[in-house]
Amino acid sequence: MESVARSQSATGPDAPVSSDSTLIYRQSRWTRLTHWIWAISLFFMLLSGLQIFNARPQLYIGKQSGFGYNNTIFEIGAVNTDAGPRGYTEIFGHRFDTTGVLGWSGPPGNETARGFPSWATIPSYYDLGTARVIHFFFAWILTTTLLVWLVASLVNGHIRRDLAPRLDDLRRLPRDIVDHAKLKFHHTREYNTLQKMAYGGVLFVLLPLMIITGLAMSPSMNSVLPFLNELLGGRQTARTIHFTVMLLLVGFFIIHILMILAAGPINELRSIITGWYRTDPPAHDDKTTERSA
Amino acid sequence: MAKFEISPNFQISRRKFLTAASLGASGIMLSGCDAFDSQLSIGSGLRGFLENANGLTYRAQRLLAGRDALAPEFTEADIRQPQRPNGVTAPDDDTYKGLLANNFADWRLEVSGLVEKPLSLSREQLQNMPSRTQITRHDCVEGWSCIAKWTGTPLSLVLDQAVVKPQARYVMFHCLDTIDRSLSGDIKYYGTIDLIDARHPQTILAYGLNGKPLPVENGAPLRVRVERQLGYKMPKYLYKIELVDSFANVGGGRGGYWEDNGYDWYGGI
Repeated sequence: MESVARSQSATGPDAPVSSDSTLIYRQSRWTRLTHWIWAISLFFMLLSGLQIFNARPQLYIGKQSGFGYNNTIFEIGAVNTDAGPRGYTEIFGHRFDTTGVLGWSGPPGNETARGFPSWATIPSYYDLGTARVIHFFFAWILTTTLLVWLVASLVNGHIRRDLAPRLDDLRRLPRDIVDHAKLKFHHTREYNTLQKMAYGGVLFVLLPLMIITGLAMSPSMNSVLPFLNELLGGRQTARTIHFTVMLLLVGFFIIHILMILAAGPINELRSIITGWYRTDPPAHDDKTTERSA
Repeated sequence: MAKFEISPNFQISRRKFLTAASLGASGIMLSGCDAFDSQLSIGSGLRGFLENANGLTYRAQRLLAGRDALAPEFTEADIRQPQRPNGVTAPDDDTYKGLLANNFADWRLEVSGLVEKPLSLSREQLQNMPSRTQITRHDCVEGWSCIAKWTGTPLSLVLDQAVVKPQARYVMFHCLDTIDRSLSGDIKYYGTIDLIDARHPQTILAYGLNGKPLPVENGAPLRVRVERQLGYKMPKYLYKIELVDSFANVGGGRGGYWEDNGYDWYGGI
């Protein structure tokens, strides 16, 4: 793919007020298409997943759930107290009162015992069967899209050019962290080190791990890939990892949105919708806008 | 990749699109996720479309797992607790209570439907057939798992004895426990599996649990084990096996009690 640089006068509220900033073609149609399919799929997978979790709002370590012994590491529940029912969340034996959100929630006067609250689940009412239908539908979409992205990005050079870490990235890392902390952003053709780590981490670690731990929970797939559960530490550990990866993906999403807002939402959104991205005006040794691969 | 020129008009339309898209997205967020609720009931078009994915999963997993790939088996050391019971644990049906009072001496397993030789087997006859013992993990659809040792008669032996007719496609299990009460009467638990799972080496009619007779709470006198599927595919309190070519006319027509309530027929995931 070639990066097409063309001069254009700066417009828009977030464009740097400079006459020599340039619009470059930064995101291929494959990157843009798969990005939005993932956004939709992950939205439905998260909310239907929280509904599925509500059927058994506990996480365990090992091959099975402890009923005659204790291997529970996370639990959302409700208890009756002198002050009425309270919701709680317990992590590694530490209990927190989460009334109103986790464990006990709902419209005032109409609260019920629920793991995750109604507004955070699809369907909003308790329905494990329907949540599973939605979850598995989007699991196919998400996985297929990841494979399509992988092939397209190997072919068009996206992975090699934009995501593969280089020695330079390591050198730039401390500077990058300082810049991010100061909310100082450089708009260039290339991803910075933290971006490479975040995107690479999601695409090559978190999403594959999500798929693998999902497969490890299928009793039918256990007959095909029995080593998967052994590798992951048992079916219940796989379920716990599946949940933990969800938390990491939610964390990525929050940072992703904050970074877009901080770096100029119109410019960032334009690049992931149309492909065109406004770079900083060429500085002293900024060679990025001339890059072509 | 082709270059494309962006005209001023084009750019404005993109921006308009962007604005509209973000308004739409925030609308969904604000109205809450109950926006989807009405589209998801059983029989609705959207739900039917989403359920196609389950057929895809069924075909993909059948292709990968074949007929005989075995579910993992465990060791005695992995049996760390009693098998957790679920669903009905103490049937209060008169027929069942009568059979239980007599320690199931009068209980029979009927095998009927699309078979050449309908059977009526006593508990003793069933237990005198070759048996299989396996330590397996029970995975509940809710998310929990429990490892236990199951002993029973391979279902394939019973099917062979009854001689299944070629047009039969599913094995239907009829149970003695009332799982639900509706206006039109009691609903007894029932479920179906296909002949591939029915003839799987680990699919047994279990009468023993952890070296003892199967307890009432776990489905005495007989329950099904289908180790490559989830717990709701393994009916308890079994009294009749029926070979059918379709389950369209039984219950809600989706192949089982839980299926009629929205669960997927294929419980391999």
